[in-house]
Amino acid sequence: MKRATDHPSVLDHVAGGGLLNRRLLLQGAVAGGGAALAGATMPRAARAQGAIPEWATVAGERARGYGMPAEAEAHVQRAILEPFADVAPQFSLSGTPHHRLRGTITPNGLHFEVHHGGRPNIDPERHRLMIHGLVERPLQFDLGALERYPMVTATHFLECSGNSLFNAIMPDPMQAGCDLLHGLLSNTEWTGIPMNVLLDEAGVKPEGRWLVATGGDGPSLARSIPVEKLMEDGMLALYQNGERIRPEQGYPMRLLLPGFEGNMNVKWLTSLWATDAPAHTKHESGEYTEILADGSSVKFTFAMGVKSVITHPSATMTMSGSGLYELSGIAWSGAGPIRKVEVSADGGASWAEAELQGPVLPRALTRFRLPWAWEGAPSLLMSRAEDATGAVQPTREAWKARYDASNFLHYNAIQAWQITANGEVQNVYA
Amino acid sequence: MSTRNLLAAALLAVMSGAASAEGPGLGQPLSDEEIPFYARYVMPDGRGLPEGGGTAATGSAIYAEKCATCHGATGIEGPVMPPVGPNDIWAKPAGRYWPYATTLFDYIRRAMPLDAPKSLSDDEAYALAAFILAANGVIGEGDTMDAESLPKVEMPNRDNFLDVWAKQGATPW
Ligand code: HEC
Repeated sequence: MKRATDHPSVLDHVAGGGLLNRRLLLQGAVAGGGAALAGATMPRAARAQGAIPEWATVAGERARGYGMPAEAEAHVQRAILEPFADVAPQFSLSGTPHHRLRGTITPNGLHFEVHHGGRPNIDPERHRLMIHGLVERPLQFDLGALERYPMVTATHFLECSGNSLFNAIMPDPMQAGCDLLHGLLSNTEWTGIPMNVLLDEAGVKPEGRWLVATGGDGPSLARSIPVEKLMEDGMLALYQNGERIRPEQGYPMRLLLPGFEGNMNVKWLTSLWATDAPAHTKHESGEYTEILADGSSVKFTFAMGVKSVITHPSATMTMSGSGLYELSGIAWSGAGPIRKVEVSADGGASWAEAELQGPVLPRALTRFRLPWAWEGAPSLLMSRAEDATGAVQPTREAWKARYDASNFLHYNAIQAWQITANGEVQNVYA
Repeated sequence: MSTRNLLAAALLAVMSGAASAEGPGLGQPLSDEEIPFYARYVMPDGRGLPEGGGTAATGSAIYAEKCATCHGATGIEGPVMPPVGPNDIWAKPAGRYWPYATTLFDYIRRAMPLDAPKSLSDDEAYALAAFILAANGVIGEGDTMDAESLPKVEMPNRDNFLDVWAKQGATPW
C-alpha cells in the first residue's frame, strides 16, 4: 500500500502545483502517515504525570432545552451588509461563513438572508395561504390544516442571484472571506407539502399559466412563477433541517423552487394567485433582470448556473506551513446534479479531478476534496465544476464579456485564490 | 338517480379535488371579500387598476414628504435605488427601465414608503407614479395617471427585454 510521507516528491502527483491523486484520500494517508502508536509501553501502576484540565475535574453543566454552539465558536456568524444603513437598515444581506463550515448542510442560524423590508413578526395562528385567481375553487389554508397534509423532504441549496456580487463588479478583487464573497448561498434539508397537491385541490384552470406568489412581509414581496415549475417540484416548506422554518427564512411557511434564484422562493408565503401571464412585479421588472453588454436586458432568468468555490483554503486564511493539505470546496447547479469538479493549483495550466463526497444530490451543495502538497511556493488555486447537463463554469473574463459592467446577478465564474510564498490566501481575478 | 350514477357522481367529486387523492382536502372556501388587495397584482394591460388618479404636481409634494429621504430630493440622488434616471447609482431606474408603468403604481401602493407600507391611498399612488414618470420624461408634466392612461404609457425600455423562460425554460441562461 502506498503511504504518504513528509516528502512530497514520493507522492502520487496528478497535476501541477502539488495536486495529488484523490485515491490517497481513501487510503487515509493524508492524515499524516502511520507513525506513532506502536512502541508506546506504559509503566504499570505509576500514575501518568500529564496535566489534568480543570473540566475533567468537575461535573458538567445541566441539560438545556435548546442547544447552542460552543462559546469559543461565537465568532462563527453571518456577515451582515446594510447598504443603506443610514436610511433603510431593513434592507440587508447576511452571508453564510462557508470558510468556517464543513460538510454540506448549513445550520439554520447561519443560512443566508436577503431582506427587502426587514423580518416580519407573523402570528402563525392568523397566517393563511390563499390560492385564488384562475382556479376552480379559491381556497385558504391555515397552519393546522396544512399540518395534516403528506409531507416530503429534500435537500436543496438556495442562492441569491446576487451572490458573489463583489467579484462581479469590483474592478479590483475584494479581500474578504467566503461569507462576503460567496455567502448568499446556503444548503438545507426542507420538509413540506408538494405544491401540486395544494394546486390540484384548488384546481388551476388551463389558462392559469402563472401564479403570482406573495409574501406576508411589509412590502408584500411578489414574484410570478410558471405553473410548470410549481407542479414539477415546488414545495410549500414548513420545516428546515427538521425544525420549523425560522422567522428569517419565512416562518411559518415559504415557497421552495429548487434551483431557481433565491428571490423567487417567496418567504412568509400568503398568496398564490393564478393568472394567464406574468404580472411583471417590481422584482422581475428591474432588480432581478440583467443588462447585457449590448444594452438589452434578459428577464425571467430563473435557474442558477453551475458554480463552485474552494472553501479550504480561501481568502483571508493563512497556510500553516508547507506540507500536506486537503483542498475542500462546494459545488452546485440549478440545472441538476454536479457531474465533476476539477481543481488546478497552477492557475489553470493543469487540472485534476476532485473526489465528490456522496450522495451527489440534484440542486444541492456537493462537497469536493483533493489532497495537495503545498511546497511553500506561490500557487494559484482554482476549481471548475460541470453539471449533469454538461454546463461548465466560465472564466471571469468570459462572464464579464457577456454583461453590462453594472450587472452583478447570476455570477458563476471560476474563483481563483492566490497563495503567496508566505502562505497568505488572496482573492484574485484570473 | 340510479346507484350507478350516484357512484359515478361521487367518484367525479373525489377526482375533481373535493377531497384530493393525495391530500386530505382541508382547504376552506375563500371568498372575494377575504382577499386583501396585495394578494393580486395590477397586470401590464391595466387589469386590476382601481378608480382614482393623480398628476405629477400632486405627486411631487407627496414625494418630498414621504420618499425623498431614501430616494433623493429629485429622485436621482438616492441613496436607495433612485427611480429617476439617468443617475450615477442605479442602472435600472424604475421610471424608465421597467417595462410597464402599471408596476410602479402597484409596487408603490403595496410596499412604499418602506417604513409605512400600504399607508398610501390609491390617488396618492397614482400621483407618485405620475411624478416619477414625468421626472423621467416618459409622460408630460400635466398628464393624469389613472386606470385608463397608466397602461397606455409607452415605457422606453419595453421592447429591450429577452424573455429567457419563454426561450429556454429552466436551463440556466
Ligand atoms: C425608509 C426608506 C424609504 C422610503 C421613505 C421610501 N422608500 Fe422606496 N425603497 C426603499 C428601499 C429599501 C427599496 C428597495 C426595496 C427592494 O429592493 O425590494 C425601495 C424601492 C423603491 C422603488 C423601486 C426601485 C427599484 O429600482 O427597484 C420605488 C419605485 C420606490 N421605492 C418608490 C418610493 C416612493 C414613491 C416612496 C414614497 C412614498 C418611497 N419609495 C419611500 C426605501 C424607501
